[in-house]
Amino acid sequence: MDKQTALIGTAKGLVVYDFPFSGVPVLKDIHFAGFSTNMVFCDARNHRWWVGLSHKHWGQKLHYSDDAGDTWKETPIPSLKGKSLPNGQPAKLRQVWCMAEAGIDRPNELWMGTDPGSLFYSQDNGNSFELVETLWNHSSRSREGQWFGAGSDYPFIHSIVVNPEDSDHVYIAVSCAGVFETKNGGKDWAPRNQGLKAAYLPNPNVEVGHDPHLLLMSSKNSNILWQQNHCGIYYSLDGGKKWVDCSGKNGLPYYGFGIAIDDEDPKKAWVIPVESDEQRIAPGLQLQVFQTSDFGKNWKSDNLGLPTAKSFDIVLRHSFVKSQNLFLFGTTNGNLFYRNQINTKWQVLNSHLTKVNSVHII
Amino acid sequence: MARVKFTSALNRFFPNLEEMEVAGDTVSKILEAINREIPGLNTYILEDDGSLRKHVNIFVKEELIHDRHQLSDPVNERDEILIYQALSGG
Repeated sequence: MDKQTALIGTAKGLVVYDFPFSGVPVLKDIHFAGFSTNMVFCDARNHRWWVGLSHKHWGQKLHYSDDAGDTWKETPIPSLKGKSLPNGQPAKLRQVWCMAEAGIDRPNELWMGTDPGSLFYSQDNGNSFELVETLWNHSSRSREGQWFGAGSDYPFIHSIVVNPEDSDHVYIAVSCAGVFETKNGGKDWAPRNQGLKAAYLPNPNVEVGHDPHLLLMSSKNSNILWQQNHCGIYYSLDGGKKWVDCSGKNGLPYYGFGIAIDDEDPKKAWVIPVESDEQRIAPGLQLQVFQTSDFGKNWKSDNLGLPTAKSFDIVLRHSFVKSQNLFLFGTTNGNLFYRNQINTKWQVLNSHLTKVNSVHII
Repeated sequence: MARVKFTSALNRFFPNLEEMEVAGDTVSKILEAINREIPGLNTYILEDDGSLRKHVNIFVKEELIHDRHQLSDPVNERDEILIYQALSGG
């Protein structure tokens, strides 16, 4: 392989960039022009590209390509037909938020997380998906005020993390409900939210009712998890049994959506903070990246090359990724930044896109 | 047979879609018949629960249908049915 490829889902289409290991990035193609591309994913096992589209008129749609975007095929979106929400209203699938490979030993199997808090599983490479009833009917869900929408009318599953050493061992993260873990392939689920704070609830230490914004697992140690949460930045050294708040000491970094962690050193993470829940702007109108090398004991600015002018840019939860040495993030104002090495200067790759919803590096 | 016309916006997803004559005495039956001819079209028009999508409109003889949930509005022979996207900005 002589390059990496990035799928960039924007509010007006899918943008594809190639990043040669030597040379400058190249805009390779634009697909689905005019259509909001909210989810992008590549199954590394078979190189199938997946996109979730949000049509204003026609609803959610799911497309895949087996030839790096030369041709696309639409496949049926999972259905919640016949299912009801806890309030008794008919359930409708509102948005595909994320997909994940079910494991190297399960080559045709996939997970999918959606709004309204519905998790699906496919055993036929995405031709069809079955609702994971054990989570849909989880006891916590029927209790008032434990699963609820935040920034959306309904809870949504935005993170699915499969332990690469054990495909039965999976975490999901729900906004809002929190992190859940299964060790038996989804037969049952346990909340893993101890140590998190839900500052917006009368009891901030509830078992369920948290708002993880993004959940990641170290590729070197499956017990080490990170999350950017609505109420700070957290890590866990014991597979989510206990979370440790490692937000910045002076309140920055604290709030935000995206987080990236290092492939090699699980102590290293990067975040792009947002001012606050009620002011979703760059802190002080300054687009900033913060980096820690010691599990958040210390955070330092990592802004070389970022604009010094006042900026309204923020970065959504799926719009900041690091893969090998490549860092890439896209903002709500359509600016795309990258760099090829840790501690080097950020480069503007494109400043003429529209809102970036999600980014995936292949 | 009713005559059904579609917004041209649907041609991006169904390139061969064109005006057609369809049998059925309710909007629901008309849509079922169309979906048999063009599998998957209803997923663009209807929600999971079978109701009409919020930003899709169906007119029978230039009148917006009244029942967006069960799609029970009657259709007569030779009626003209329009399936359009609603105006929505952004």
